[in-house]
Amino acid sequence: MRYILVTALAVLIAAPALSDESKVELKKADGRDKLEANCAACHSLDYVQMNSPFLKPAGWEAEVTKMIKAYGAPIDDADAKAIIDYLNKNYGG
Amino acid sequence: MLTRRALLEGAGAGTALAATGLALPKIDQAKAEIAGLSADLPSGVRGEAAMERLPGKQPLIKLTYRPPNYEAPIDYFKTPITPNDKFFVRYHLSDIPERIDIAKWTLSVGGDGANGSVDLSFADLKKMPAVEVVAVNQCSGNRRGLFQPHVPGVEWGYGAMGCAQWKGAKLKDILAKVGLKADAVEIVVDGADKGAVDKTPDFIKSIPVSKAMEDTTIVAYEMNGAPLPHFNGFPARLVVPGWTGTYWMKHLTSIKAVIKPFEGFWMKAAYRIPRDKFPGVKFASQESIGPNTPITEMVVNSLITSPSNGAKIKGKATVNGIAWDGGSGIKMVEVSGDGGKTWQKATLGKDLGKYAFRPWSAAVAVGKGEQKIMARATNNAGQGQLTELIQNPAGYHHNLYAAVAIIGV
Repeated sequence: MRYILVTALAVLIAAPALSDESKVELKKADGRDKLEANCAACHSLDYVQMNSPFLKPAGWEAEVTKMIKAYGAPIDDADAKAIIDYLNKNYGG
Repeated sequence: MLTRRALLEGAGAGTALAATGLALPKIDQAKAEIAGLSADLPSGVRGEAAMERLPGKQPLIKLTYRPPNYEAPIDYFKTPITPNDKFFVRYHLSDIPERIDIAKWTLSVGGDGANGSVDLSFADLKKMPAVEVVAVNQCSGNRRGLFQPHVPGVEWGYGAMGCAQWKGAKLKDILAKVGLKADAVEIVVDGADKGAVDKTPDFIKSIPVSKAMEDTTIVAYEMNGAPLPHFNGFPARLVVPGWTGTYWMKHLTSIKAVIKPFEGFWMKAAYRIPRDKFPGVKFASQESIGPNTPITEMVVNSLITSPSNGAKIKGKATVNGIAWDGGSGIKMVEVSGDGGKTWQKATLGKDLGKYAFRPWSAAVAVGKGEQKIMARATNNAGQGQLTELIQNPAGYHHNLYAAVAIIGV
């Protein structure tokens, strides 16, 4: 899993950025590192801000589950739990 | 400063609003630099959205960087044709082509519902008889961000749409090169974009053969007389007039006729709506593979392009806007200067075709203080806009009456 993520990130870094997503900064709190390490492989993190603050805990859990089950994101169970907790505490509604 | 509280206290406005079930439009001072950004969007959007420029584009409202999702501010809809550099950008998956060399580009045509297969070059495509159609390309989820309660997804405001003159080869002429079998049911289209990880379902869509055979369903290589902008599908995209943007495959690479309904994620699970709640043609072959039904034609809708929220107006307001639907054409637009209590017919502008934005204008009297100007369109099928949303999980088909809050002075 780690290998896939590193590869995906390397491809992104190698390609010229479409626009500057580095200015997106999520709230600093426990779990942010796990979220960044997993979610940013496939999409910019403004997706989190954009979908806030209205999702209830079941809503954020459903989103993370969708990323894993429907979109094939290689996120292990421990990381998924940490990400869901982070989203609920910092971007829940 | 015009606040929501002040608006709510506006004489008479609240009563008229209660009658229509519509929320009062709010004015977001913090993001005033983004014209028309609604305060009804989730507050997280108003924190992260920004006017930003993609290569080859005028500034658009950035919702997400990667994949790029950028919508047009309301100001860009003051003309019924949306300029290419002001046209919205929408991608599902983040591995998008950076540039495409048309000398190497090929479009593969075949499938088990075809008698043969062929690879077309860009030159082959351009040699075919060309047709032109003016048509609105609108994201299924345009205005998703205005749904109450909010639903997750790309939280679009008003600008995930545009109208252009598209030029290209008829899809039916392309299919004739391989020959359709009698039992072909759908035409499956794929483009050059894909997910960042292999397990992500590729963005692949299908349309029924009946829609594929229409004379204006085309593989377009020109938009408003110029090559397609990269971010709008260069070098060729599918144009499916009347149907929502999800079917308008960008960076087209493959066309396949199939004899069974296509069951990929983006047909079976995504872009579906509850059955029998919305008008629009049925996508019959897809109904057997899920409890719901694919979104198809756009619902009738309108947008007020001027005045803008917060404008100060004395006596009479000149109200301009656009209206569109899924292809029956616009029959009538009505405008109210008093929050929906009284309505008068707008004058319709030039008819660019039944799939195009139809401009309209009206002059309405406005009283003093906070006032709400509204518009509602009716199409030739007799369908009108709504005063209450039809809830659906993905937030599609938002077509509430158009409204702006102004100040009568």
